Amino acid sequence: MTAMLEVADLGHTYQAKDGAHTAIADLSFTVGTGELVCVVGPSGCGKSTLLRTISGLIRPTRGEVSLHGNEVRGVPEDLAVVFQDYSRSLFPWLSVQKNVEFPLRRTLGRSQRRERAAEALEWVGLSGAGRKYPWQLSGGMQQRVAIARALAYRPALLLMDEPFASVDAQTRFELEDLLLKVRTEQDTTVLVVTHDIDESVYLGDRVLVLSTSPASVVADLKVDLPAERDQISTRESEAFVALRAEVARLLNVGKTSEEVKARRKENEQQAAKWAEAERAEVSRVEAEDRATT
Amino acid sequence: MNRFVQRWAVFLGLVLVWELLTWYAEDPFFPQPSEIVEAAHGLWFSGDVGDLFLTDTVFEHVLPSIGRLLGGWAAAAVLGVSLGVALGRSEKAAEYAGPLLTFMRSIPPPLLVPVFLLVFNVGTQMQVATIVFGVLWPIMLNSVDGARSVDATKFETSAVFRIPKIHWILGVVLPSAAPKIFAGLRVSLSLSLVLMVVSELVGTDNGIGSQLLVAQRQFDFPDMWAGIVLLGVLGYALNTVLLGFERKALAWQPKQERTPATVEEKS
Repeated sequence: MTAMLEVADLGHTYQAKDGAHTAIADLSFTVGTGELVCVVGPSGCGKSTLLRTISGLIRPTRGEVSLHGNEVRGVPEDLAVVFQDYSRSLFPWLSVQKNVEFPLRRTLGRSQRRERAAEALEWVGLSGAGRKYPWQLSGGMQQRVAIARALAYRPALLLMDEPFASVDAQTRFELEDLLLKVRTEQDTTVLVVTHDIDESVYLGDRVLVLSTSPASVVADLKVDLPAERDQISTRESEAFVALRAEVARLLNVGKTSEEVKARRKENEQQAAKWAEAERAEVSRVEAEDRATT
Repeated sequence: MNRFVQRWAVFLGLVLVWELLTWYAEDPFFPQPSEIVEAAHGLWFSGDVGDLFLTDTVFEHVLPSIGRLLGGWAAAAVLGVSLGVALGRSEKAAEYAGPLLTFMRSIPPPLLVPVFLLVFNVGTQMQVATIVFGVLWPIMLNSVDGARSVDATKFETSAVFRIPKIHWILGVVLPSAAPKIFAGLRVSLSLSLVLMVVSELVGTDNGIGSQLLVAQRQFDFPDMWAGIVLLGVLGYALNTVLLGFERKALAWQPKQERTPATVEEKS
């Protein structure tokens, strides 16, 4: 299998007035073409920094990210992202159909856009909802629209940032199965970032376990489950239970030593502060990109 | 429909009370509403059939006034929205321009009439300049606010999908800012009416404002009151039209976020 995404010796340090913060220490992994890889890590471990370096919104201070062999500098041509916050990521003034079409305006004519959008909406089971506005749909359906928008863009790599964290449990199951279905049908390469251990095992061909901040890869686990997955039988299978236990152990879940607790708390406090620095950096890099192109 | 009738019934009731009070008081300063209507008819609506019964005064004074009002307001809208959006999207520019903006908007616009009288020719130029300068700030400040309010997720979504700059500004920033922009436009429209009148009070004998002043000086109180009523009607009509347009333009907004029709303007 050829590598679609290659992350090599990646590191990122934010500079601020009162010191520096290393969000990612030393990260290397690959994602093969057609693979679905899940990244799990504790909160505040630098997952969002990783996503932003892969999508070219941030330039890493060390190492390299390549998409189908080309080094990522600026946002790549054929990359799509599904964000956690669907209600902000979708444009409320555009109908569902127009939302899906909007990123295609750069490259396609009107009739082609319309065709692509209708097709993508069909993949996610929203054929009838094209003329509605996003806010007229349930949260789960809105996230389906975001997925359709990403798929209509025909990305080489689909990045998903905690995509199902803001919907209720039942809807989450539905969306997980939907993702598995369309990714098989469309043969899409997907990288999902999540903090949900069960979800990472259920969805992934592989699970990458990250350490606490600064992030590095603790384990790269192959998920040995049949390709056809089922919310009930897969989740009760021995292989699933064993894997989720392993991931949980690697993440120190439930370990209550004072030292771990204290570190976690510190991390969470810092997370907000560095999230601010990160957003500022995204705007800056973006502005520079706009200036050069 | 029912509420509409109720509201206007109260209005007509009050006019009737006023009619009775002024009839009883017989004060020349406060003519009866029926007299005012008669004066208005004589002033504006007793023209030829070919002119839709409109008099020469309408063509010579009322319409030019409305033209200056709308022209000044539209120019301020174009200028204010484009400058405001540009400033709102550039942190540095906004930082530098901030104090200047606060300073400029604090100057009471009527004060500038004498200045503009010197700088521009007496007449339309100076009047339009007064309106533009006066109403620019609410539009601009609201546009800055609106453009700034585009959330980080929309920004990143647009960046990731490599939305071209023109689509980003017209397709994302402007619609995000639209509710604020409309708020600014509505405040400015009523302010335009005030400034239109003020700018016609000096150095000209043309326009609704100057006609009002003439009537007042000649102790022609029904005519003066008719002018005041005309301004009220004009303000009401302009606001209604703009509100209708706003409803259409912002039809995409979820129902509970929409601006109620009776909202009080704050400047």
